[in-house]
Amino acid sequence: MTTAPASLEVSGLAFAYPDGHQALFGVDFTVARGERVALLGPNGAGKTTLVLHLNGILTGGAGTVTVAGLPVGKRHMAEIRRRVGIVFQDPDDQLFMPTVREDVAFGPAAAGVRGTELEARVRAALEKVGMEDFADRPPHHLSFGQRRRVAVATVLAMEPEILVLDEPSSNLDPASRRELADILRALDVTVLMVTHDLPYALELCPRSLILSDGVIAADGPTGALLSDEALMRAHRLELPFGFDPQSVTMGA
Amino acid sequence: MGAGHAHRLYRHGHSPVHALPPHTKLAAAFAFVVVVVSTPREAMWAFGVYAGLLGFVAHHARVPAGFLLKRLLIEVPFVAFAVLMPFVAEGERVDVLGLSLSVNGLWGAWNVLAKGTLGVAASVLLASTTELRELLLGLQRLKLPPLLVQIASFMIRYGDVITDEMRRMRIARESRGFEARGVRHWGVLAKSAGALFIRSYERGERVHLAMVSRGYAGSMPVIDEVTASRAQWSHALALPLAALVVCLLGWTL
Amino acid sequence: MHVPDGFIDAPTSAATGVVAAAAVAVSLRGARRELDERTAPLAGLVAAFIFAVQMLNFPVAAGTSGHLLGGALAAILVGPFTGVLCVSVVLLMQGILFADGGLTALGVNITDMAIVTTVVSYAVFRVLVKVLPRGRRSVTVASFVAALVSVPAAAVAFTLIYAVGGTTDVSLGKVATAMIGVHVLIGLGEAVITALTVGAVIAVRPDLVHGARGLRQRLKLRVDGALVDVPAPDGARTAPVAARTSRRALWITGLATSLLLAGVVSFYASSDPDGLEKVAHDKGLDSKTEKHASADSPLADYGVKDVENARLSGGLAGVIGVGVTVVAGSAVFWVVRRRRTPDVSPTNTSAV
Repeated sequence: MTTAPASLEVSGLAFAYPDGHQALFGVDFTVARGERVALLGPNGAGKTTLVLHLNGILTGGAGTVTVAGLPVGKRHMAEIRRRVGIVFQDPDDQLFMPTVREDVAFGPAAAGVRGTELEARVRAALEKVGMEDFADRPPHHLSFGQRRRVAVATVLAMEPEILVLDEPSSNLDPASRRELADILRALDVTVLMVTHDLPYALELCPRSLILSDGVIAADGPTGALLSDEALMRAHRLELPFGFDPQSVTMGA
Repeated sequence: MGAGHAHRLYRHGHSPVHALPPHTKLAAAFAFVVVVVSTPREAMWAFGVYAGLLGFVAHHARVPAGFLLKRLLIEVPFVAFAVLMPFVAEGERVDVLGLSLSVNGLWGAWNVLAKGTLGVAASVLLASTTELRELLLGLQRLKLPPLLVQIASFMIRYGDVITDEMRRMRIARESRGFEARGVRHWGVLAKSAGALFIRSYERGERVHLAMVSRGYAGSMPVIDEVTASRAQWSHALALPLAALVVCLLGWTL
Repeated sequence: MHVPDGFIDAPTSAATGVVAAAAVAVSLRGARRELDERTAPLAGLVAAFIFAVQMLNFPVAAGTSGHLLGGALAAILVGPFTGVLCVSVVLLMQGILFADGGLTALGVNITDMAIVTTVVSYAVFRVLVKVLPRGRRSVTVASFVAALVSVPAAAVAFTLIYAVGGTTDVSLGKVATAMIGVHVLIGLGEAVITALTVGAVIAVRPDLVHGARGLRQRLKLRVDGALVDVPAPDGARTAPVAARTSRRALWITGLATSLLLAGVVSFYASSDPDGLEKVAHDKGLDSKTEKHASADSPLADYGVKDVENARLSGGLAGVIGVGVTVVAGSAVFWVVRRRRTPDVSPTNTSAV
């Protein structure tokens, strides 16, 4: 911890949209290298706004974001975007190239990787998500779960410092959900997972943050947070019917 | 015009024509059509030779005649126009089967029919032997402005997504008992079109975010480049060159 | 109307190709100004939208239907430069992928369908938005007129190209009459759909309507002034009334414009004495034409009987033709609606 800088450090982050609507009111947290952290929060808590700050798409508010020691700002934008891999909610938005292979190659190619090294990166990333056989297919012909996995691969190909997933389990059937969980668990990168799928957070992330009304309202072990009924109710977070966080053994 | 756009023309295959680099095929098809259009209409035999040349290519590409003929239907509106032409054109007239027809009009109809049909056939052959992705690479290689190729590529990528959204909106309308039957339902359909535009535009904004997140700064990185050897070029250009010889003969004979 | 190969001679095709290439080059620069680095994804998505919306069928009557061409819509929604690009890309892809429109005719097709429609409609639109009082309804009316003018404008452009490089000997007057006459009617449909679509977008996301930029700020102020004390239900009740009057105004404007266009255009275009009918009369095709149900109607010659002046009679015929089409169309709708009312009413009563 003392030698390597934290993967992600957010301090005092506040932001208002041009129309005056303020979404973040001073967000502080740190994610250490190799950690898997869930960012929980009800709709409208400012989760997506926060995510867009992590790679500098939104800037101009107060506070700082630091990725592996590098402050997010105009000066290092290309490097920051390589280091922070964001997987957006709708894979169709993320997969904009005509074939899976080209899509996965887009990030590294934009960073100047060419030739055989590019090919190797693409293959490695697709293998990590188990989609190497689909390289030459157009994304539109894949199932939703497959598209989500390819979306993860597009980001992995950039060899990011931290992987940020926006609602990774949304619209997935149980099998795809489990497959994605297996893939994420096997990865050797820092993960920040933005979600309101609480069982999924518990399954994958030892630690959770609760973002509510634009600030971090709680930070602790996922199991403990989910078992605190008063806390959960206060922030409009609800467990599925019959789900008992204490009865689950974590796979982390 | 017409609603036939949903059908993809591409036929998967491994023929020598399929294997040619896309930009050579694009150049060849284009040059061929230019030659055809420049041929004097009086040289009727030349058009027969052109058709023969295309037939030869189609045979090599293993594109069945039935497939090719069916795709030619797209020019039906203009065939109708061509059929009218002998009746409405001016000039000297001849009697054919009791009908008085304009000689010039007959020539005009023949001209449009022959050249139009050959043009459509050449395009169909190109489209049926070249994958979408390849066509885009070919256009890029032929130095079409990169921005234009990018727009085309996004259009191809999201054409299906948006058509799908449109279909879902129709299903949603019909599930609630709405069926468009006439002009007074245009308001509802136009609202759907408006909603579709908003969705498309917003998706464009999200796609842009996703691109920026992966390092996009205004120009697409070059991932694939197509190259063609001299032999491939000469294979592809054999078609327009043969056509050119025919065309020159047509002018001189 | 995708022009195939061979319809326009080679030199003219090449010349229009140069025109199209130059216009696309200008538009590429202009689009970068309109959309900066977001050009590629946004224009691509709008092109995909135009492509999709051309497949959206608008039923007219008796099983026929029409669809949008989209030039005017693109120009108004995303601006003229991006609009030209989007429609050009759609045409390019239709030519290459679907053999729809000849490869050598791409220049002709882009010139009249992508460039003329977008530029004309945007110019008309901007002028009208400036002239009319500020407000959403003005934007809708301006969209209507812009789209209405854009389609016959494309037909005029086509006729001009034909005049220079047409490969057939059909007289210019006849081509103009046929093209413009038909396209006035198509333009009417295009206008209604475009206006309704722009209206639908402006109601939800006025910021996305390029042609209405700068309108938003002042509009808000005016609305604030008028609605601040009005309770919500009252506002909700007045809204549909406003919509209805604007729609009626739309129809009336459209009808008036198309009558005017049809009249004026036919007046000049159909001066040519030997049309199809005359040929038929002279050369003994009469036996065939008599089978046509309306052969004895006053309009059979596309000239009104008892009117001596050929031009005047042609112009009158144009006006009457449009009028009859509209009346017949309305009658059909009226009958269809009447017939369907009994089907609907029982369900209504049982539901209540």
